[in-house]
Amino acid sequence: MKTFFSELFKKANSGFWPIVITLGFLIVGTISVYQSPRSLSAFLTLMLCPLLLYFMKINMKIKIFIGLLLIIVILPVLGIRNIFYLEVIFQMAVFAALALGLNIVIGMAGLLDLGYVAFYAVGAYTWAIFGSKQLSLLHSIPGAAPAGAEFTLSPTYFWLFLFLGVGLAALAGILLGLPVLRLRGDYLAIVTLGFGEVIRVLALNLDKPLNLTNGPQGITPIQRPPLPPEFIIGPIRTLLTPIVGRPPTDAEFYNVFFYFIALFIIMIAIMVATRLEDSRIGRAWTAIREDETAAIAMGIPLVRMKLAAFAAGASFAGAMGVLYSANRTFVSPETFSFLQSIGVLTMVILGGLGSIPGVIFGASAVVILNIQVLQNFSLYLSELRQSDAVIPIINFAWKDLSNQLDPAKYQKLVFGIILVLMMIFRPSGLIPAERRKRELVEEKE
Amino acid sequence: MKQFTSNPFYKFILFPIGQILVFALGASLVLSLFTVLLAYIFRAGITGFDLVERVLLILPQVVINGLTIGFVYSTIALGYTMVYGVLEFINFSHSEIFMVGGIVGVELMAYFDHTGALQTMNQYVIIALAILLGMVISGSLAVTVERVAYRPLRGAPRLVPLISAIGMSFFLQDAVRLILSLTTGEFNVILPNFGTFDEFLVVAVPGIATPLRFQIKSILLVGVTVLMLVGLNYLVNGTKIGKAIRAVAQDRPSASLMGINVNMIISITFLIGGALGGAAGVLFALKATKLDPFVGFFPGLKAFTAAVLGGIGNLTGALLGGLILGLLESFSASYLSTFTNGAFGAEYKDILAFAILILVLILRPSGLLGQTVGQKA
Repeated sequence: MKTFFSELFKKANSGFWPIVITLGFLIVGTISVYQSPRSLSAFLTLMLCPLLLYFMKINMKIKIFIGLLLIIVILPVLGIRNIFYLEVIFQMAVFAALALGLNIVIGMAGLLDLGYVAFYAVGAYTWAIFGSKQLSLLHSIPGAAPAGAEFTLSPTYFWLFLFLGVGLAALAGILLGLPVLRLRGDYLAIVTLGFGEVIRVLALNLDKPLNLTNGPQGITPIQRPPLPPEFIIGPIRTLLTPIVGRPPTDAEFYNVFFYFIALFIIMIAIMVATRLEDSRIGRAWTAIREDETAAIAMGIPLVRMKLAAFAAGASFAGAMGVLYSANRTFVSPETFSFLQSIGVLTMVILGGLGSIPGVIFGASAVVILNIQVLQNFSLYLSELRQSDAVIPIINFAWKDLSNQLDPAKYQKLVFGIILVLMMIFRPSGLIPAERRKRELVEEKE
Repeated sequence: MKQFTSNPFYKFILFPIGQILVFALGASLVLSLFTVLLAYIFRAGITGFDLVERVLLILPQVVINGLTIGFVYSTIALGYTMVYGVLEFINFSHSEIFMVGGIVGVELMAYFDHTGALQTMNQYVIIALAILLGMVISGSLAVTVERVAYRPLRGAPRLVPLISAIGMSFFLQDAVRLILSLTTGEFNVILPNFGTFDEFLVVAVPGIATPLRFQIKSILLVGVTVLMLVGLNYLVNGTKIGKAIRAVAQDRPSASLMGINVNMIISITFLIGGALGGAAGVLFALKATKLDPFVGFFPGLKAFTAAVLGGIGNLTGALLGGLILGLLESFSASYLSTFTNGAFGAEYKDILAFAILILVLILRPSGLLGQTVGQKA
């Protein structure tokens, strides 16, 4: 059976077949999503294209062309038709960037960070505090904001804060790294977990003595960066009107706009991560991961390299935090819970520790699972609940199932199962890192 | 003298109880003195009320609360420290074992409430049954988790079983929630009201204006944990199984060569740790009165901190660490807002444990009572 499939794959992956298959998926996916925007299988078909692009043997230039066509033209246009997809893809991009950052810390440098979401929070709160009315409310009680409060900064400052968020998150990474550098793996995990909780508790309680974070209610509204000027948007709008069926609104343009910002950041993140991987620093990280003592003996500056890993990982999260707070126009401490850290960890583990395509795949898979598959399952369950169906053998009527039972709320269960199964059966992930693959091949010979 | 110290009564009953007493009294005394000293120092800076007077007013109650929660932490910490001693791995899902114990205990009492037995049976028998059931379920759950999620990973790099344990912890939280909410949709479990546990035993001490008030459930809690600690001490130091556990902890390959069934000993360690965790869960439920599937997280982390504070792998250390942590938490929850004039309050008590953890790991990674083992890679 296994050889049959690998033969089939080999056959499909030679000659002109790869292009045909990929283009076929692309066209079928695009048309089916266009026709039935609510169908999950249509979306999944379309989402298979990037995966095919990665695995199939196609001329590099054609690959890049198809990829660009997909992400720059097809996805935004389809996204305006059904705004939910753009949201899914935006979340994918956000979490892929987070996973790439965490991958630097865990996958490359081998430091298990369980409080990674703290850096995300640092970025998000940086723009949230300066990009909202919060600075003029410092002395007021949460919930009792005076009516005349003004925004402190103009929304164009967003771009500056994108960089500031990166810097501040990196600084937070270094501050966390300094005291915990001496700890070995498992202690480090608990301490970083603690750090994540500390940041969350601070966000929850820093509404007094000075009202910095507005406490559990969170900060809202947060300003968004201004849309590009009308002479760019206007032609696009007239171009899109026949395809979408109506002139797209500003709100929809905002979604596309944020999609492109996220795309831009993720491109930079991928580039940085790839360049780092085989650089001097990246190899130093690998050495530290494999054997700390040997790494020191080879003259690797341990402290500096570990701090660099923390800072680099944190900076990705900082950038995405700033973007996230502007996209949602709202931040609250609950967004930055331990669950989120583990969610990102799950993405990294699922895709493959240290593997850049792997973690992007992991992030996409977990996001789709979370906000689409589980959601659809919830809908299916509620349909069952309204029907008269009965589970055959145990004779349990679906009607008696509790209304509260909503699979979409059972993320922890899903993350837990993924983590345990991956660790037992495939610790190197679904798309293992090249370096690890090479290591495994050598062992076999 | 030597004859007396090798006397089993001394070795297994008198000595451990004495040790517990010394730790509890010593830690409370040191912390109380420290707080009172701080109060005297800052007395002049605070106007409006007398800081020392206010501190002294609630001091006995703070110490009692701290000791009560400290004993719970100690009992959970023993589970962490035993597993760490044997496998050198942080059993992250231990906090969920603890939670399961508590929920099972409360569900049993709720069942008794449902059948009406709660009002007719002796209240102490009910508690004993709940604790026993909690111990059995938690112990077997711990063994199952070890068998399913940790044993296949033995010998893998350090982080691999840890990640598996984190996954297991998350899985258990939501699995329990799923089971609890399957039919009713309600996953909070509430302790039924029965017996005289909420009443206070009032002891008037000559020389102190306000009489000391001991809640019956606090006394019960301390009594049961002390009993279990003494039992554990006997098990580990006085029986053949205990000897085997210590041998496996010291050197697994050699222990295996001596004919010890290492896998079984590891399972037994998980069983004991899990049972202690389950009992602690039931006792915690008595005090908290309301549980949900996520209740284990903070007590678990604090107990882990306690184990590290005392020196991980060291049973006496876990006891001492738990007591100190419980007292520190109680003190900070009660006095932080008094000392900072309301700027920082009890809401910061949860992150206090992390601050302690980081400080201990930086300044003395081997803990208060642990031997210096160096940094193993």
